[in-house]
Amino acid sequence: MFTRGLKRKCVGHEEDMEGALAGLKTVSSYSLQRQSLLDMSLVKLQLCHMLVEPNLCRSVLIANTVRQIQEEMTQDGTWRSVTPQEAGRAPLDRLVSTEILCRSAWEQEGARPAPGLGDGHVQGPVSDLCPVTSAQAPRHPQSGIWELDGPREDRGGFHKSLDQIFETLETKNPGCMEELFSDVDSPYYDLDTVLTGMVGGARPGPCEGLEGLAPATPGPSSSCKSDLGELDHVVEILVET
Amino acid sequence: ATAAGPERLGPWCSPTGSPAPLSCETGCGEGSWILVCRLLVPTQVSLLSMEEDIDTRKINNSFLRDHSYATEADIISTVEFNHTGELLATGDKGGRVVIFQREQESKNQIHRRGEYNVYSTFQSHEPEFDYLKSLEIEEKINKIRWLPQQNAAYFLLSTNDKTVKLWKVSERDKRPEGYNLKDEEGRLRDPATITTLRVPVLRPMDLMVEATPRRVFANAHTYHINSISVNSDYETYMSADDLRINLWNFEITNQSFNIVDIKPANMEELTEVITAAEFHPHHCNTFVYSSSKGTIRLCDMRASALCDRHTKFFEEPEDPSNRSFFSEIISSISDVKFSHSGRYIMTRDYLTVKVWDLNMENRPIETYQVHDYLRSKLCSLYENDCIFDKFECVWNGSDSVIMTGSYNNFFRMFDRNTKRDVTLEASRENSKPRAILKPRKVCVGGKRRKDEISVDSLDFSKKILHTAWHPSENIIAVAATNNLYIFQDKVN
Repeated sequence: MFTRGLKRKCVGHEEDMEGALAGLKTVSSYSLQRQSLLDMSLVKLQLCHMLVEPNLCRSVLIANTVRQIQEEMTQDGTWRSVTPQEAGRAPLDRLVSTEILCRSAWEQEGARPAPGLGDGHVQGPVSDLCPVTSAQAPRHPQSGIWELDGPREDRGGFHKSLDQIFETLETKNPGCMEELFSDVDSPYYDLDTVLTGMVGGARPGPCEGLEGLAPATPGPSSSCKSDLGELDHVVEILVET
Repeated sequence: ATAAGPERLGPWCSPTGSPAPLSCETGCGEGSWILVCRLLVPTQVSLLSMEEDIDTRKINNSFLRDHSYATEADIISTVEFNHTGELLATGDKGGRVVIFQREQESKNQIHRRGEYNVYSTFQSHEPEFDYLKSLEIEEKINKIRWLPQQNAAYFLLSTNDKTVKLWKVSERDKRPEGYNLKDEEGRLRDPATITTLRVPVLRPMDLMVEATPRRVFANAHTYHINSISVNSDYETYMSADDLRINLWNFEITNQSFNIVDIKPANMEELTEVITAAEFHPHHCNTFVYSSSKGTIRLCDMRASALCDRHTKFFEEPEDPSNRSFFSEIISSISDVKFSHSGRYIMTRDYLTVKVWDLNMENRPIETYQVHDYLRSKLCSLYENDCIFDKFECVWNGSDSVIMTGSYNNFFRMFDRNTKRDVTLEASRENSKPRAILKPRKVCVGGKRRKDEISVDSLDFSKKILHTAWHPSENIIAVAATNNLYIFQDKVN
């Protein structure tokens, strides 16, 4: 289950590397799977059957899970900016087996990346943790030994909705979000309303993204990708507003 | 008693063997369970049997809907025995309520005792559209609760996500005849032709069962109603949604009192919702409600009008060695039930059933594993949303056995005294009428024995969420999608 897209090495080579890199491999597996869980959770929050009000209990539980992952990733120093391309393609490419996450914590003692270590050794430079508004060059998430191979096919609906969400968010200042929702009475369904562009309008399907949202004043340059602050905001929105 | 019409198609079991003496004291260990009958949804039954003259006032034709959604609408969403066990009500996704009545015992048909047949069917809730929010309000019946019987009629509460209704179900077996101003067909008579006066008399007629809505309690819930509970004073009841609990008087529909409100001022801070609530069976001032974080709060309405501050707080400390990203989700309580004695509460979370003593808040006194083999599969179950399934749990009449459902149409019983448990299956293939149910076993790894089923072969689309136990006898009702199974205990 785990091996989709994972480049396989020839047997001999693997044996040589086994001892030294087994630890890092597990670290990477855990991080991959955690990221996959995060992506899956975000997708779950966004894709709803919008004719009927979404289940608040389910939304709250998923949002709490997202928050937990975010907190852990922040502690580990692995919380990185997510580029729209990655965000769009990530959920499906990275829906690797998350079986490791089901193991209890003590089993994972050795597997989790130590705080401060980040993914530096495995996945390329760690990005800034402070919310920055300046452009961040998109990084290939899996540089190094454990490259994810495999074709990045067009995934249709998923790709589009996440792309559009992050794209729209990146053009706004955080303050705009409040204005956007200020006149909507019931905060409860804004969770999904926002993300599927339902504000004040009729209900398109879940993949139509955010055409319905009024465009804010053009913000930073188009090269400004979603950064930590924006992703924080997504998480806030998910339980708001 | 049956709804008007010809003799409807009875349940398909053909009884064999000697009748089983029923005893409330028999636990799940000593007895065995037999299938009494499998009841089909009324659409199928009625199409087969009710061809003749049917009084359309009683049977709302809207349930005879297009077959393309018939299957989805027939999914049973709640099951509840009344206080004597004579009646069994089911609600379904299509907003219908079907009431079954126990077959009367008769000398020549003693083996049919324990069977339930359709007594009444009515459309309780219709789909609605909230124009302000552009959202559909589902007609699915979330819960049914019976009121104790106080006269010849039966009363029950049924609720969907937004509206609670009080229904009266009554029998009519006589009708007045001999009116002066109307003839037998109901047409007005020409007064000039009336030469004598007579007193109308009541004459017997075919038994008719009518369901009429007596009260509609609407517009009190912003969020989805998950529970209703009748108070022991029989004058009030509560309805609980994700964030609030309201107290109603049965006589007053335009007002309710809010007794619990956990909505934060800033919805951004919302991290916990109410999942279930119930009144104490004897103390009309006491109720409990459970949360998505695995906690139970007991409140006393005498303490204050708004019971935001609990009297007791039940929570089990988390086991740090078992912590994962799914810990909170699987700790979310899907059902809470007082024991009949009122001394204990039972809670159901995703993997376990727990029994709590009201006098001990820091941990449950008993924990039963329902399907622990799923613990290593939580990720997949999160992915396919099964982890959010809300299973219910029930006590038997003597509080000695508890029951809850699982996947693959399995349901589990735990005997609190003997500590034995059993897994049974509600399925058409494996149940011949009156045959003894064979205990099932899930194989968790290693060599699978014959008759065991491996975890990977479980069908997660076949889930038993709703079950009910007769208040005084060992008769249980198990809802599996659109089938209702009635099992009874057969003591050898």
